[in-house]
Amino acid sequence: MTAAWIAVLAVGAATIAIKGAGTLVFADRPLPRGVAAVMPLLAPALLAALVVGQTAADGRAVVVDARLAGVAAAAVVLAARAPLLVVLAVAAGVAAGARALGAA
Amino acid sequence: MADQATQPQGGVRMTGRRAISGDAIAGARSAAPIAIAAALFGASFGVLARDAGMGIVPPIVMSLTTFAGSAQFAVASVLESGGALTAAILAAVLLNLRYLAIGMSVAPALRGPAGRRLAEAQLAVDESWAVAQRDGRVERGRLLGAGLTLMVAWMSGTVAGVLGGSALGDPADYGLDAMFPALFLALLVGQLDGRRSRTAALLGGVIALALTPLVPPGLPIVAAALGAVFALTVREVRR
Repeated sequence: MTAAWIAVLAVGAATIAIKGAGTLVFADRPLPRGVAAVMPLLAPALLAALVVGQTAADGRAVVVDARLAGVAAAAVVLAARAPLLVVLAVAAGVAAGARALGAA
Repeated sequence: MADQATQPQGGVRMTGRRAISGDAIAGARSAAPIAIAAALFGASFGVLARDAGMGIVPPIVMSLTTFAGSAQFAVASVLESGGALTAAILAAVLLNLRYLAIGMSVAPALRGPAGRRLAEAQLAVDESWAVAQRDGRVERGRLLGAGLTLMVAWMSGTVAGVLGGSALGDPADYGLDAMFPALFLALLVGQLDGRRSRTAALLGGVIALALTPLVPPGLPIVAAALGAVFALTVREVRR
């Protein structure tokens, strides 16, 4: 078996198990009370972490690049209550523009 | 897709023998703009995987089974640079560990036999999970509608990239890599309805940023889940 197949099958099996563990372990019974209390707060915590990670992280380095310009511009139009499509277009457009101007 | 959405629940509309979930359509619609970016990143994954010597079928199988961009790029990058197989697998698993937490938050929304729940849980990716949030819970119809939309886009992109290369070049040239954090930011703003949620977001962001240089990629986001736990200690003030 090639290295590619080993990686694909190992990562695929692990990911399916990781994603499915919650629903298989907690089948037909509610989440433990402590866990259930945390769940509504998981979205803001993880969303903030995803924003930070996908804006400013490159591997283990914290970087400032064109993505930050795009996300900052998106934040501005978001504050002005622009629709989601506009927010996404502004993020992409500003990041692309910053890159064209030489930002990493 | 209609078959996936036949579960009786709020928002289901019967049309003849088929039930079409308005929620699934709403989820698909929310995911549509980001699906364009997902398709182009799928294509660039296909190109990178081909360059990394992964062949044609393995990258396509990977997009179907792993269905998580960052982990797939990590595997292809490590193999492309001649890195160790175990390092590639470990990096990908670490990047996907956050799905333990996401899978638990999805669990209460899923019903039916174990095989079906397991399959539906696979449609939870960061973006579909994010757009499926409703009143602090995951809404199943939206999760499946958004997840299937992104799956189709990711698979189509991967196949195109593996077979034909990406005629469009690097998605980053179009700033598409900034679309994902912008989506998460827009969805985050809608979540900030009280002191606890704002504390969770602040802690999650700070933890992720602080840990980025210190631990392998993937773990900062896993650790950010602790922000949700710490936020429980704050007295709730809704606003």
